[in-house]
Amino acid sequence: MKILVCVSQTPDTTAKISFSPDGTTFNSAGVQFIMNPYDEWYALVRACELRETLGGTVVVLNVGPASNETTIRKALAIGADEAVRIDAEPQSAAFVAKQVAEYAKTGGFDLIFLGKETIDFNGSEVGAMVAEHLDLPYISYASKLGLNGNLATLERDIEGGVEVLELELPFVLSAAKGMAEQRIPNMRGIMMARTKPLTVVPPVPVEESVKTLQFTLPPAKVGVKLVDPENMDELVRLLHEEAKAI
Amino acid sequence: MVLVYAESPNGHLKKSAFEAVTYGKKVAELLGLPCVAITLGSKVQDAGELGKYGASRVVQVADAQLDHLDSQVIAAALSTAAQQLGASIVLLSHSSSGKTIAGRLAVRLSAGLVSGVNSLPTGNASELRVKKMVFSGKAIVEYAITTPVKVLSLMGNAVRPEINGAAVSVETLSVPLTSGRVRVKAVKTVEGKVPLPEAEIVVSAGRGMKDPGNWGIVEELADTLGATTACSRPVADSHWRPHHEHVGQTGIAIRPNLYIAIGISGAIQHLAGVNSSKVIVVINKDPEAPFFKAADYGVVGDLFEIVPRLTAAIRKFKSTN
Repeated sequence: MKILVCVSQTPDTTAKISFSPDGTTFNSAGVQFIMNPYDEWYALVRACELRETLGGTVVVLNVGPASNETTIRKALAIGADEAVRIDAEPQSAAFVAKQVAEYAKTGGFDLIFLGKETIDFNGSEVGAMVAEHLDLPYISYASKLGLNGNLATLERDIEGGVEVLELELPFVLSAAKGMAEQRIPNMRGIMMARTKPLTVVPPVPVEESVKTLQFTLPPAKVGVKLVDPENMDELVRLLHEEAKAI
Repeated sequence: MVLVYAESPNGHLKKSAFEAVTYGKKVAELLGLPCVAITLGSKVQDAGELGKYGASRVVQVADAQLDHLDSQVIAAALSTAAQQLGASIVLLSHSSSGKTIAGRLAVRLSAGLVSGVNSLPTGNASELRVKKMVFSGKAIVEYAITTPVKVLSLMGNAVRPEINGAAVSVETLSVPLTSGRVRVKAVKTVEGKVPLPEAEIVVSAGRGMKDPGNWGIVEELADTLGATTACSRPVADSHWRPHHEHVGQTGIAIRPNLYIAIGISGAIQHLAGVNSSKVIVVINKDPEAPFFKAADYGVVGDLFEIVPRLTAAIRKFKSTN
């Protein structure tokens, strides 16, 4: 079993988000960066679990600059066997997907895992693009995966429920809650991660199809309007007349 | 033309399909193009209704292979149809199936993709400018798509379906299909409730409820409002409520018109999933609860008294309006 797990680096959930005065670049000063939680908790951990029961190799892949190597070493500490870094800024989903697909073509992977989306760009685009480049099936928002030889049984989150699916390897999967439980790397994992192989690969060129014009912050809430707990008629009036929400 | 894919799980057009056609019509007007809707599958009912929301034509690829979501098959069919029809913009819903298809479609059509757009575009056909929320609701970004063919997916509840025309007759379109590799064994959905991502009003409760046996007052409020119920992560993790009700960063991200949070303190991970809601009401006994900072309306006090009082007030309002 050979599994490729794609991980992104994102600002921490609690990070204060700000941009350059002209709104063109993210202001990373003072921001703590983490492995995208869905990539880490669900995709990577499930891949490690499968390797532990079935044997094989888990390769973790990141598209990013050398400064991402702290995040990559954490993925190795959690349990990936080896790592690949495509040495480029992850400019867009299309760019990242092309890099992942080009690398995956060389590896003979049975499964390619990602998280359901990243918590920075929230696009949920890369998995489908990778699958299309590789002409593989794509299961998004998978919350369960069982394997019986070459046959996979999955549950996938849909609006108001789940779909139960079956297909043969290989395929691409994006992982959602339920797929696995978060693992904290232990000291042995952290020590072993230092000597696991990390290969740096140059990117392939991609013609950009989407330009980022400007980031802005949403208008701040004007402040909460407190309503007397004894007077719920007043709340209903406000929701109807002022907020037009009912 | 603007080609809108109108989703129809089990043959029924979804609210998100009417939203997408409404939005597609407005994009088409901006660019001086016609708006055409497409449905896929053998069971689609009343597809002609899409004309009412602004589609000047409705085409249908009526093949049973398209009845369930296999993204390879659906994306191939849609991209072939888009090429046959000469579409310059393909619009999808940013739903569980739209997210599965959009990236594939963009690759097949060599198109620039922006997923989860939440407002009308500006610009022109050579540089279409669109906006979406990023950083889990903490920022907005504007993109320009510069490719000849563009793919957009529309965030749920970003526009309201608008009736501005009449039903049209449905044309049949034939496209060659590829064979699928994904087999759907079962679909388990909760019957009779609007799914959370599509709900206009959501009533959500957290640990302040103290016990799963206390949820009657939450359900009563939700029923009175025609709302869908949701919960916070600790509640789902303790199995007080089913996993599919969990909203927040790890659960479902939603953006209803009205979000009522009961006994939820408002951790940043919870806010990340709900802060795009248009109006937020917070009911909490702790005036220092962080959620009040993200709320439009707040009520400080005992939820076990306030929630039934609010339900009664809404009943009174509904009986006179």
